[in-house]
Amino acid sequence: MGFLKRFFSRGNSREKAKKRLQLVLIHDRADISPMMLENLRSDLIDVINKYMEIDVQNIEMDLDRDNGSVALVANIPVVSIKRGNKAD
Amino acid sequence: MDPRVIVITSGKGGVGKTTSTANLAVNLAKEGFKVVAVDADIGLRNLDLVMGLENRVVYNFIDVIEGNCRLKQALVRDKRVDNLYLLPAAQTRTKDAVNPKQMKELCNELRKEFDFILMDSPAGIEGGFQNAAAGADEALVVTTPEISAVRDADRIIGMLESMQKSPIRLIINRVRPVLIKEGDMLDVEDVLDVLAVKLIGIVPEDTSVIRSTNSGEPLTFGTDSQAKNAFENISRRIVGIEVPFINMQERQESSLLAGLKRIFRFS
Repeated sequence: MGFLKRFFSRGNSREKAKKRLQLVLIHDRADISPMMLENLRSDLIDVINKYMEIDVQNIEMDLDRDNGSVALVANIPVVSIKRGNKAD
Repeated sequence: MDPRVIVITSGKGGVGKTTSTANLAVNLAKEGFKVVAVDADIGLRNLDLVMGLENRVVYNFIDVIEGNCRLKQALVRDKRVDNLYLLPAAQTRTKDAVNPKQMKELCNELRKEFDFILMDSPAGIEGGFQNAAAGADEALVVTTPEISAVRDADRIIGMLESMQKSPIRLIINRVRPVLIKEGDMLDVEDVLDVLAVKLIGIVPEDTSVIRSTNSGEPLTFGTDSQAKNAFENISRRIVGIEVPFINMQERQESSLLAGLKRIFRFS
């Protein structure tokens, strides 16, 4: 099955090209450098860490395009909620 | 009609700016307009070669700007068609030889003489591009359906917008319908989807362009070809004539059929 699927889906590099292009243009246009995104990521982790324990290794975060607008989409796996003591 | 200064640019090199400039200039002149094609790629002169006028270049536009000759002396008249002139670039100078203010002044001089002033911009987003675009009212951005070219086109479009060029219109060059059909090339819709700009023409990949460049004979003087038609259509759209776009997206052929074809071709 896998073989057949690969066989018939050959020649769809167009889809891949378009997706990659759209993503790279979001960054180009927003002028957001990977470093800035990395900083944002570590700041977000700090904030969320106050309230819940998260799986830092498996965080997915990126700018995404949806119907002509750009969204910051983050997928942050929660390990456990910290109870009682909120901040510090 | 008010004179129009149009910069032909792309960001990425090698996508067809000079070919487009040469062919559009010839076509517009054939329509009866007085046209000058300006090679703004200082140090990397090529428009003269593509137009087949390389043996007739005496002065260049740096000579005009520096007062070494009069504008009329630097203009190379194309003898094959009335009303077509080339203003060559200097080959032994660099882009720093002029500044945007001087380019604007040069364009204003040319406006007195011509209906269309086509500026062939160098690749890139630096000084050379800034100079070429400085005096222009509108822009034609050339791209191919490759992600690197489209990305660079997006950058250039952003810069042209901030320079308030209007309209900014897109030529998609070297389109290969077979690749699109097989799903291995961005189609016209894809490119327009990601670039927020209006389309003015689609030019298929065509060996006649290579032949035309080799011989210095603009496409329009040669035998019928897809690229020739495409550039003639673009010229008509530039002067405001509505010409329908050719349909390139026949890629919806069933994948089973395409798959079977591959079996017989490759295994």
